Amino acid sequence: MTKQEALFSYCLRLGDNSLILGHRLSEWSSKAPIIEEDLALTNMALDLIGRSVAILKYAAEVEGKGHTEDDLAYRRPERKFYNNLLVEQPNGDFAVTIVRQFFNSTFEYLLYEELMKSKDETLAGIAAKTIKEIKYHLRHATDWMLRLGDGTPESHLRAQKALNDMWMFTDELFEMNEVDEILIKEGITVDLNMLKANWSKKINEVILESTLTVPTSTFMQTGSRQGIHSEYLGYIIAEMQYLQRAYPNAKW
Amino acid sequence: MLTEKEIYDILSEIPDPEIPVITIKDLGILQRVEVSENSCIVFITPTYSGCPAMKMIEDQIKEALAPHQITNISVKLIYSPAWTTDWISTEAKEKLRTYGIAPPQHSSVDKGSILGKPKELKCPQCNSKNTQMISQFGSTACKSLYKCLDCKEPFDYFKCI
Repeated sequence: MTKQEALFSYCLRLGDNSLILGHRLSEWSSKAPIIEEDLALTNMALDLIGRSVAILKYAAEVEGKGHTEDDLAYRRPERKFYNNLLVEQPNGDFAVTIVRQFFNSTFEYLLYEELMKSKDETLAGIAAKTIKEIKYHLRHATDWMLRLGDGTPESHLRAQKALNDMWMFTDELFEMNEVDEILIKEGITVDLNMLKANWSKKINEVILESTLTVPTSTFMQTGSRQGIHSEYLGYIIAEMQYLQRAYPNAKW
Repeated sequence: MLTEKEIYDILSEIPDPEIPVITIKDLGILQRVEVSENSCIVFITPTYSGCPAMKMIEDQIKEALAPHQITNISVKLIYSPAWTTDWISTEAKEKLRTYGIAPPQHSSVDKGSILGKPKELKCPQCNSKNTQMISQFGSTACKSLYKCLDCKEPFDYFKCI
């Protein structure tokens, strides 16, 4: 694998994580529990989709085959998507959405803080932009973890169930392959193992303060680095790509 | 062909699509203009990554230059240095306040703006400091929603980033 191929693949991973989570959050539009949350979740969806546009545009540039960010979003089959399994999981109840966001935003905060120092200027620039937004996302998710965990018996129960259900998707966030190896050597990305201890520490603090329990299960799901996904991604792609598949190059 | 300075001045007049009382220059979105023989590149910085107004701003730029026989225009988004509320001029902040939007209160380097909400946010209607946040996320990505406990008016606050 060349450096260029590795960078392309890495940009797809970053871009797909933003795109798919952005799509998931946008599903809350008009049906969040309260109007403030309708605004919050869709605002965050917008940040994430905006970030994916920037990253996929760069991915297309690195690939050098004349594709655009739209080609990459709307014409790629499911097996060529490299987002983490966590972000494609269905919204579930509000607790599931918050726990998914909390795990992911804590991870993104640590990752993008490192990417700001990347030797790749474009990625460093996007990271500097996006870290400001991630701070808001993380604060939002953390506030809700505390309120749900330390709220009513019902919200506590649901938050704990969501933690337990989402837990098996957390190890994969830190999984690395040849792409990471090549880019770490180039100073473009960071060794994800180095983020893990800090991630665990941060989420443990919030979970304990929320009066919830950190799951102990060691069974973990994996697959997305090879493009193998849970059943849910296919449905997202089908909905997202329908128009461009049915009417190629349609514009409006 | 107009000079870079002339083009920049024309574009400086373009109002922000969301907050038409201030221009894209006031907001710090318009960065610079580069002119070569028969093409023109305009560099703009998005306030937020997903700001839906960027496409409209791009169209407005092309529209503003069309009467000057400049058609070969490309608008490029730049992410670095990242946009910050520090780029909003003092005059523009005052315009925001008169328009009914509380302007950003801190410098973005101030930790308080990242970790907590501003301590004393003045109501843009009645100047009372007796205000409360309703929602961290407002009608657009760049704003939060507050209410004044004295005059009871809800208002937008331009978040510090």
